[in-house]
Amino acid sequence: MKKTVILGALTVAGLTATAAAAATLDDVKARGKLNCGVTTGLVGFAAPDANGEWDGFDVGVCRAVAAAVLGDASAVEFVPTTGKTRFTALASGEIDMLARNTTWTFSRDVDLKFEFVGINYYDGQGFMVPKELGVSSAKELDGATVCIQTGTTTELNLADFFRANNISYEPVPIETNAEAQPLYLEGACDVYTTDASGLAATRAAFEDPSAHVVLPEIISKEPLGPLVRHGDHEWGDIVRWTLNALIAAEELGVTAANIGEMSGGTDNPEINRLLGSEGNLGEMLGLDADWAMKAISAGGNYAELFEANIGESTAIGLSRGLNAQWTDGGLLYSPPFR
Amino acid sequence: MSTLSDPPVESFRPSQLINDTRYRSYTFQVIALICLVGLFGYLLSNLFQNLADAGLNISYEFLAEPAGYDINQRLIEYQSQSTHLRASIVGVLNTLLVAVVGCVLATIIGVVVGVLRLSKNWLISKVMSIYVEIFRNVPVLIWILIVMAVFVAVLPQPRDFRGENAEASMFLDLFAFTGRGFNLPMPYFTAEWASGGTGWLVVIALIVAAIFGTRMIGTRATAQQEATGVRPKTWQFTLGIWVVPMLIAFVVMGLAWEIPELKGFNFKGGIFARNSFIALTLALSIYTAAFIAENVRAGILAISKGQTEAAASLGLRPRRIMNLVILPQALRVIIPPLISQYLNLTKNSSLAIAVGYMDLTGTLGGITLNQTGRAIECVLLLMLFYLTISLAISGIMNVYNNSVKLKER
Repeated sequence: MKKTVILGALTVAGLTATAAAAATLDDVKARGKLNCGVTTGLVGFAAPDANGEWDGFDVGVCRAVAAAVLGDASAVEFVPTTGKTRFTALASGEIDMLARNTTWTFSRDVDLKFEFVGINYYDGQGFMVPKELGVSSAKELDGATVCIQTGTTTELNLADFFRANNISYEPVPIETNAEAQPLYLEGACDVYTTDASGLAATRAAFEDPSAHVVLPEIISKEPLGPLVRHGDHEWGDIVRWTLNALIAAEELGVTAANIGEMSGGTDNPEINRLLGSEGNLGEMLGLDADWAMKAISAGGNYAELFEANIGESTAIGLSRGLNAQWTDGGLLYSPPFR
Repeated sequence: MSTLSDPPVESFRPSQLINDTRYRSYTFQVIALICLVGLFGYLLSNLFQNLADAGLNISYEFLAEPAGYDINQRLIEYQSQSTHLRASIVGVLNTLLVAVVGCVLATIIGVVVGVLRLSKNWLISKVMSIYVEIFRNVPVLIWILIVMAVFVAVLPQPRDFRGENAEASMFLDLFAFTGRGFNLPMPYFTAEWASGGTGWLVVIALIVAAIFGTRMIGTRATAQQEATGVRPKTWQFTLGIWVVPMLIAFVVMGLAWEIPELKGFNFKGGIFARNSFIALTLALSIYTAAFIAENVRAGILAISKGQTEAAASLGLRPRRIMNLVILPQALRVIIPPLISQYLNLTKNSSLAIAVGYMDLTGTLGGITLNQTGRAIECVLLLMLFYLTISLAISGIMNVYNNSVKLKER
């Protein structure tokens, strides 16, 4: 008798559990808010400002998607995630998209069942040391104690780098960037390693940034980009093309300032298609015709987001480097809006 | 009237399942069991269904793959090309190390504080009360973070030892106490045959032999005491058994000390106790000791005052009363709650990642989980480990409890 009960329960459970695979777009619209996963705080990329408003380069991507989908750049619920919790949060549906300087790797894309929609920052792992150590190359770090954020690709790269160069080191795993800073400053570790952009952001927050140097070696490729769950391709398309719209806008010279007059129609058919005065690209995505216009107005095009948050005029002071448009010798290259 | 007729054969009717008290309890138990099984069945099938929907499967193949990351504290051979399984074992050993050292330390501190809290000295008993109340009323995670922060901030870093006018210097030129951990001199044997592990095996054998010898001396002394009424002096024999063979062994094997030295970025050589290990163990033990102290106090107070008075009237001194009369009886009360404190300490050690100590939660439940994305598999393994270790601890302690509990004859 017991057996049949179990089987019955299993059947019932099986029936109820075939829950519809999420149509994320409908969920977001019904909720009226986009749940966007960001870091727990990395100045320039995602951190709450003095008023508690989230601000930063990754935050800009979240706001652009919210503006494209909901028409309101402030309709975002920012969910702080650590290196360890981010993938579970995305896989379980707690967040709709993750914009948390996450490296696009084969296994994350294929094995973890996520979909990287593009790259918003080309990065690489670097090392930061106090100037007084007098180290000029990462290869001189034999025997050093290295602070490292756990749950990231950096700890794998680090192991590979030191093994390849046959030098020893002592890893000190740290949960978040905020916990790593005091340990590094107190001298509990000689070296802090993470993505070069993160190092710049961390150093900018120090009392005396000039006492620390970022070593010239970049030991890995870290293409950082937003990602969504595997399987909901419509939602993936929306996030992908919102990011592309920001990049294309810079290439086409569309800025938050001139977007008003440009949306009325221009001589350039690509701008017209992008901003919705020509063609039906928005309809194809299941959004309004002016989706891209809203996304770009939210925080400006890619260049404006970059300059405002992490560019050379900010405390973080990153140059465009690889992240310049392909026309300027960089790697940013949006597929055409057609 | 003397004939006994067979009792009427009872026919079973379904309504008896509810109305007859003989069957009613079974009915409800069966119903509850069915509900329970159904609930778990539902949860499990829901899990598998959702996994299947997400295109995931349960597989432990990742354990055989190379881990790819390094671990700073390893009690066994490990490098980044070892498997995830080996990384997990490194984590298990680190967890056990903290648990064992923590339990021993917590017991020592706890017993001392518990006894002192009952002291007649007002100052001592109040200081101990303050200790207990402060430590057990603040979450252990905060204690771990505080100890680590103080450790890192107060102690000098290796860089302070450098240069002509170094801010810090080694203690007695033997010990280096830095914010990264303690470097202590390490004994080793220079004789060729003893330089491997054999030298230490000899030492362990000598210790075991000494323990047996001490026991034998004790039994003989007791026998003599029972025969003559006078207990012979034995301390010189005991001392001899412990010291003489050990000294001879050290000379033969050529005992030497490896002194830590500042080389490059860090102190090298000697025994290294990492800051994260010390901070974690210390925080866990002083926190748990506060609870153990209360258990000890409760156990002592549970022994009636008459026992103390009776012992005193026999002429025993207070210390002997405590050791011979009160504590042995108090143990019966103390041990059962002590078991759960040991379990708590072991489980609390999973907070290790807060200070970057690579215990099992840090390796299997942290980096491995993250790099492979096998969350459910890793968490199931973690649960299995903590369950096993907890059951083992309570099993061992229950055996001990049975040996000291009141034997009713």
